[in-house]
Amino acid sequence: MQHRAHLTAVVIGGGQAGLAMSWWLARRSIDHVILERGEVANSWKTERWDSLSLLTPNWQSRLPGYGYQGNDPDGFRTMPETIGFIEQYAQAISAPVHTHTRVTSVRSRGDDYEVVTDRRTWTCETVVLATGACNIPVVPEVADAVPSAIKTLTPLQYRNPLQLEEGGVLVVGASASGVQIADEIQRSGRPVTLAVGEHVRVPRVYRGKDIKWWMDASGVLDQRYDEMDDIVRARNVPSLQLAGYADRRSIDLNSLTAIGVKLVGRLAGINEGKAQFSGSLRNVCALADLKMIRLLDTIDAWARENGRDGEVASPQRFETTAVEESPPLLLNLNRGKIKTIIWATGFRPDYSWLDIPVLDHKGSIRHDGGVVVEAPGLYLLGMPFLRRRKSSLIDGVGDDARDLSAHLAAYLSDRALSRPELIAARG
Amino acid sequence: MTTATTGKPVNNGVNVEALFGAREALTKAPEAAQFKWRASCEWVRGTQSRSTVEGFYGLGAEQKHKTKFSFDSDHPEVFASEDTGATPVEIVLAGLAGCLTAGIAAVAQARDIQLRSVKATLEAGMDIRGILGADPDVRNGFDGIKVTYKIDADASADDIKAIVAQSQKRSAVYDIITNPTNVTVEVK
Repeated sequence: MQHRAHLTAVVIGGGQAGLAMSWWLARRSIDHVILERGEVANSWKTERWDSLSLLTPNWQSRLPGYGYQGNDPDGFRTMPETIGFIEQYAQAISAPVHTHTRVTSVRSRGDDYEVVTDRRTWTCETVVLATGACNIPVVPEVADAVPSAIKTLTPLQYRNPLQLEEGGVLVVGASASGVQIADEIQRSGRPVTLAVGEHVRVPRVYRGKDIKWWMDASGVLDQRYDEMDDIVRARNVPSLQLAGYADRRSIDLNSLTAIGVKLVGRLAGINEGKAQFSGSLRNVCALADLKMIRLLDTIDAWARENGRDGEVASPQRFETTAVEESPPLLLNLNRGKIKTIIWATGFRPDYSWLDIPVLDHKGSIRHDGGVVVEAPGLYLLGMPFLRRRKSSLIDGVGDDARDLSAHLAAYLSDRALSRPELIAARG
Repeated sequence: MTTATTGKPVNNGVNVEALFGAREALTKAPEAAQFKWRASCEWVRGTQSRSTVEGFYGLGAEQKHKTKFSFDSDHPEVFASEDTGATPVEIVLAGLAGCLTAGIAAVAQARDIQLRSVKATLEAGMDIRGILGADPDVRNGFDGIKVTYKIDADASADDIKAIVAQSQKRSAVYDIITNPTNVTVEVK
């Protein structure tokens, strides 16, 4: 295939975000390519455990010009189904994806950008970074002090319980990944200790409707980044304790305790082979319970004010998270009871190839709703609360892509007006 | 809430605008956020000693309290001491209570909730065979701390619980007590 070396836009990342942006760029007649290090939906194909299902119901995977067509709108896609969905979307929109093309550098070149890959180099007027928020597992520093006899895994390496030695497992982190992994490992007969820091508890189904239905219908998911009192906090909220089980059951600390999982506080240190847990377990559980009650209060008020009470079940409240009287503060990792530690302690994006000085002191890109103001023509997509609460959902990336593609188009027009020779160059 | 019923602005005596301003400023200048807290201590006699605090470092410069504060610590008569001051472990409880209560006032102010009274009682269990060296399996420190708040405020019970929970989340002393800290003691 012949490609011009110069393009108007290069989109990096061939997942749902890059594809949604491609749909909008095509609609705005902006020539572009999508560069993908692996295959379309690569992270979904290679970096997810076997049993994972999407945490959003089927109806809620709306990409620009594409929605759910099946007969199970309230179900949750398995990973093969998710991959199929995104691959079909790429085909349906004839996305110009270059697979197996790994970007090694993005840098400024005059008023343009240069995108270097392991295959060839492009220059372009605009770049959209759609490589996702979960490239690199965040592992706490105490990991260095884990005794060598214990095997450690991140959620990107974890596939299923059979991969683990028989024996105890310490799962560190109780957000979406941690609680789901803890659940299936405990059920495999390997006793799980779960180290719990701050977390967000929500029921899967509330008043007969999926929690995501409530958040969607009431407008919570559409809350904008520039309306939030504290967007930094909103962008850093841990993932909701949710699972996409076929029976739509909730997963929370009480359901885990009921199958035998042992709850301990946040992993605070490892000293001479002894894991030390924070004494704050009771408070992080109280915070999560109170926050859930506030969310349900908001939902009930919305249902009442919008005349929806008739179509849903009655309000309900859930059991307070049970915490034992004196949760253990120490766990001797040298006794041989714990065979594996799983770090479900979050992820961060990888910008090691981004040679443009737009990172803050924590390594995040400085941006205004995805517009990288310091680098005109550079855009970020598919990050938590980028422009809306739903920004990191498959369902949310389309609206962000629409907004940012409009900004990108306006930027190109301004640029062309100030530099008429570019219009000729662009043909 | 008070604002709605009486129109009086909520005032818990905490300048939250200044705190939010500091948070924003220090996010941009993390080096100014580096503080050093200091205390000095001198043995008086027996189990009595006197600790004082005055200077500390922060915002890129040496700082000073308005006055020098001093705390006498000692052990009670049941420990065959003279009881000239609080036991050090009681001072720890006072530190925790002071920190959590300051946090409650600040969080309530930020959430526009008027406090009328905030009272805490603290109790910490300890098996003193640890400090006496009578049983090596017994820990020296507390086996747990129980803090009980009674709060009168213009807010629902859940809102008050949320303030107390948030105060724990943001408390330095709570963190110091619930998480391990490296301690280095040198003799010069």
